[in-house]
Amino acid sequence: MTDPRSQILGAIRRSLRRSPRDAEAEETVRHRLDHHPRNLIPARTAVGPDGLVELFVAQATAVAATVERLSSPEEIPDAVLRFLAGHNLRPAARVAPAAVLDAVPWERTPTLDVTRGAASADDLTSVTPALAGIAETGTLMLVSGPETPTGLNFLPDNHIVVLRRDQVVATYEDGWDRLRAAGAMPRTVNFITGPSRTADIEQQIQLGAHGPRRLHILLLDVQEG
Amino acid sequence: MQPTAHAFPENARAALADARLRKALGTMKSGFQGNRAAAIARMPEWEELREEGRRIKDHVLAHLDVYLERFEARVVANGGHVHWARTAAEAREAVLAICRQAGARSVTKGKSMVTEEIGLTPFLEQHGLQTVETDLGEYIIQLRREPPSHIIAPAVHLTRDQVAESFRRAHGGLDPGRPLEEARDLTDEARAVLRRKFLEADVGITGANFLVAETGSTVIVTNEGNGDLTQSLPRVHVVVASLEKVVPTLEDVSTILRLLARSATGQEFTSYTTFSTGPRRPGDPDGPEEFHVVLVDNGRSALLGTESQEVLRCIRCSACINHCPIYAAVGGHAYGWIVPGPIGAALTPGLLGLEEARHLPNASTFCGRCEAVCPMKIPLPKIMRHWREKEHAAALSPTSYRYGLGAWAWLARRPSLYRTGAALAARLLGRLGRDRGRLVRLPFADGWTDWRDLPAPEGKTFFQLYAEGRRPNSPGDVR
Ligand code: SF4
Repeated sequence: MTDPRSQILGAIRRSLRRSPRDAEAEETVRHRLDHHPRNLIPARTAVGPDGLVELFVAQATAVAATVERLSSPEEIPDAVLRFLAGHNLRPAARVAPAAVLDAVPWERTPTLDVTRGAASADDLTSVTPALAGIAETGTLMLVSGPETPTGLNFLPDNHIVVLRRDQVVATYEDGWDRLRAAGAMPRTVNFITGPSRTADIEQQIQLGAHGPRRLHILLLDVQEG
Repeated sequence: MQPTAHAFPENARAALADARLRKALGTMKSGFQGNRAAAIARMPEWEELREEGRRIKDHVLAHLDVYLERFEARVVANGGHVHWARTAAEAREAVLAICRQAGARSVTKGKSMVTEEIGLTPFLEQHGLQTVETDLGEYIIQLRREPPSHIIAPAVHLTRDQVAESFRRAHGGLDPGRPLEEARDLTDEARAVLRRKFLEADVGITGANFLVAETGSTVIVTNEGNGDLTQSLPRVHVVVASLEKVVPTLEDVSTILRLLARSATGQEFTSYTTFSTGPRRPGDPDGPEEFHVVLVDNGRSALLGTESQEVLRCIRCSACINHCPIYAAVGGHAYGWIVPGPIGAALTPGLLGLEEARHLPNASTFCGRCEAVCPMKIPLPKIMRHWREKEHAAALSPTSYRYGLGAWAWLARRPSLYRTGAALAARLLGRLGRDRGRLVRLPFADGWTDWRDLPAPEGKTFFQLYAEGRRPNSPGDVR
């Protein structure tokens, strides 16, 4: 009983004046973890589905993300090209190897140099899907997986995220529910709210500290399927 | 880090005389306070959220052993490893052993208060590992070999030109004539230099703002994205976290996250909030192959069940620091340990002992703003008072103070004697300060008069004026 683990747990139990196998405490904890009840949800998201999309756009824009609304996935390549041209950037993008982006007709925009796969150190622009958009704070929820390597979210200077309108939910809790419905917790869940920033030098905000300098959201006004 | 909390009075004196520090602290205060107030004004449920945050953490502390066991079981089920460390030394050794096992030569680090607490970076450097802090503020102070002066803005005590000096010295290969006047230039240069470090690193070390018992996830919150590059690019990810970081569920983290960013920077949400659960999965194209969590006690378990247990609810948001008049005057280094400000004054005596940290609970005007802004409702003044009482009981306070307080208590229990004495003193001090209405020097009280003047009494006590039927002058009165 002298290993650090038992000593630390023993010290906690002594401080709490509790025995090692406290059935009541274990039951309390088990119940809470199994049921994961929600706590207070701020009222700002009680605005209906259209209101949520508006709130999402307003909140994302307020933290220096940009949003363009599209009416079909076919418009994505041109929108990417427009965004890059608008910032005088090379017309090239590393696109996540995700099934939802397979359906996009990339070949119809030959001036855009599209490569698929995980990010390399030289990629300047990435295009990825998201699991959800959280209206409460204009936050994107992205998950890692074979189709969605995490590096795409952080290595390039410009991150373009494709989000469908029906993926916009009210709160983080709604995002967790979607994730639980989809199966197990992935290795990485990223909540991304605006581009990278720092205020470490004289409290002046600078975008693009280490992660993307720009975050651009393509919001598709379509439903799944 | 080697604590110098015992030298707080000398540290504070030096800080008050430092003109550059005054300038840097001046810009800090207004930004943090205004941004926080604006964010809270946009959240009508703020007070209820605080109450829920407090409840969640109190519930965790009351079941800490069980939650830690559940967290550990989930980490292991996800293919990760958990290492328990009773002391700072055990935690350092655990991290070093993981690095050695991985054959590591270079390490990147995200910002983490507990790794500062255990002195991890210098230790790994001593053992031949190139260790680079990647948070911009932490990187700057690492170059300058300084400790952080603020828990979320570690280089807040520095001005732009000081940062530029450090970069010119450290980044030798670059054009000496390059412009480094603006914060933008400095940020871009750090980005380019650190990008190479991220790509080279064998091990990435982060802290954790939260550990989630439900899923075995560790959570980091950053604005720069440095924590994410730190933990997703190297082959091994090591998380160092103190015991009290555990929370029950994803719902509970969500509630506390609503409190954290608003209290810290006044943002609605921090740019990057990342949940890491085990190593990369089969089929994942990137992510670390190994995932380790080092759980650090280093004095926490002994605080449970004591009068200062409530400090363990702290989420290190820095709101109390940003609203503290003492911090605003002396800055973070004067406190002589990792966590400054009110939370430092409440926490440090519990972790380092009263002998080392006895001055810190006295570094307070007891104005109460820290408690009013604390999102976790920690009664910071009460805990500081508790340490002051302990200091007094342990006879650690200075003799002059103890005798002075004893003499005052003796007098105060004898009203007529007290009044005569007070009248005498009021007359004397009134005469001393007759010309200017203030006293610039006072025997036995130079600790006060060195930094400000004492308004001179009017020559009579309150009781005397009251008996004469006159109201004492209000501050606006013209003499
Ligand atoms: S004590 Fe409260 S206000 Fe201070 S850092 Fe901790 S949580 Fe924030």
